[in-house]
Amino acid sequence: MNTRVVVTGLGVCAPNGVGLYNFYDSLQSGASGITFHQELADLGFGCQIAGKPEISESLKESYFTPLQLKGLNSSGVVYGVMAGTDAWMDAGLGKANKDKPDWDSGIIFGTGILGIDKLRESIYLIDDNNTRRLGSNSVMQTMASGISAYLGGILGCGNQVTTNSSACATGTEGVIMGLERIRSGKAKKMLVGSCNDSGPYIWGGFDAMRILPSNYNDDPEEASRPMSATAAGFVPGSGAGALVLESLGSALDRGAKIYAEVLGGAVNSGGQRGAGSMTAPNSEAVQRCILDALSDAGIERSEVDVINGHLTATSKDAEEIKNWSEALKRSGKDFPFINSTKGMVGHCLAAAGSVECVASLLQYRAGVVFGNRNCQDIHPDILKLVDVSQIPRKTIAHRPKIIAKASFGFGDVNACIIFKEYKKR
Amino acid sequence: MVDNDERLARLKEIVKTYLPEDVPIEAVEEESNFVTELNINSAHLVDIILDLEDTFGIRLENEDMDKMQTVRDALNIIDLKLLDKK
Repeated sequence: MNTRVVVTGLGVCAPNGVGLYNFYDSLQSGASGITFHQELADLGFGCQIAGKPEISESLKESYFTPLQLKGLNSSGVVYGVMAGTDAWMDAGLGKANKDKPDWDSGIIFGTGILGIDKLRESIYLIDDNNTRRLGSNSVMQTMASGISAYLGGILGCGNQVTTNSSACATGTEGVIMGLERIRSGKAKKMLVGSCNDSGPYIWGGFDAMRILPSNYNDDPEEASRPMSATAAGFVPGSGAGALVLESLGSALDRGAKIYAEVLGGAVNSGGQRGAGSMTAPNSEAVQRCILDALSDAGIERSEVDVINGHLTATSKDAEEIKNWSEALKRSGKDFPFINSTKGMVGHCLAAAGSVECVASLLQYRAGVVFGNRNCQDIHPDILKLVDVSQIPRKTIAHRPKIIAKASFGFGDVNACIIFKEYKKR
Repeated sequence: MVDNDERLARLKEIVKTYLPEDVPIEAVEEESNFVTELNINSAHLVDIILDLEDTFGIRLENEDMDKMQTVRDALNIIDLKLLDKK
């Protein structure tokens, strides 16, 4: 019998809410975090809007020491440390004492690329024959594992401390990796999550691919339109989400609050074969991933009552819905409730999976399914498969039982996780 | 030209940021060794060097860093560099 794993802490640094309470309020009311960025306009971007968490200097000071703040120019580290520390504290856990690490606690905190602004600063100095002026903090702010290293040092974790990377599936993949580590008995608690830097050097490549909306620069809050007939591309975002996973035994022993059980999950790849490519998912792989997750969780297709999709607000949304419908063999009014967090925060890239897992889990706390923003005009191909009642446009009262959350990423990689409501016996 | 006390005060202000939480600024004396006595992470010596450069408008070389073990070493190096500048 596998060790059961539950979620005991959450933390988030999202474009529409920094901290759990602000994030919940925004999700509940459908508030958007997408804003116009003059910097992007000045640089001649087609898409001049984005989702970026607002962090004041004084807020940073409560998470970082003056030494850590000195020369800190990595937004991903800021978002990740804030979300990760918050999740740890939300779980009622403390920092390990000065001389002894917490051997049973580990960290898997993913990212796509870390500290791109620091990297740019460093490259300018190096090209100016001034490498000596980089100082000591260029490496840790730009190594991918910098985020898990910062958190590992702040919290004093002595188990596995690492960083995963699988493009936009990163955050969801990390939850599954943490689940597997606790299940296998190698750790009792795992802080899992992911972060993504903000700014033009992150978003520019996507703008160049012409996959971002360019017609909403005057109307940023309406731009991210998952499942809508007028979806015009994903709005780039940034931020971080974090979850504390813990063995059920450990959580019960210390009387921790439990958001939900992590019942199972699966990751796979479409191998960039068939219709799959570097940038497009192979539908067969997506459906296999969903079914593998159900199988790992030991539940039937019929038991899923809420889905938080990947649903980025591109023409691929209808295809994703078709994959859910075919995999679950469910349609019309029988289709689960489905929502996309991206209508409010945009696509937070490597942070998307973790931010959206936090959003999914907050639904258990409040007994609601969050509404979908910007999809009054649901795509006709989606309505052929799903009854309109299953795509709430406003937050509705519904106590979720089984939530399926999936994320898909460049490289044709997929991750799907199954959460279950936790009932005290 | 800043006098010796002023130089020490400025140096202390720089060093303050790099001290571990349990080492108070009052512990910084002229004889203090940065790494073995003040417990400053040796990786941060390069940052202290850069801060000294910015504060005093001087440039320190690798051999200066090697010689800079104590607070007094640092003050001496600053003196020499400031004299060179004149």
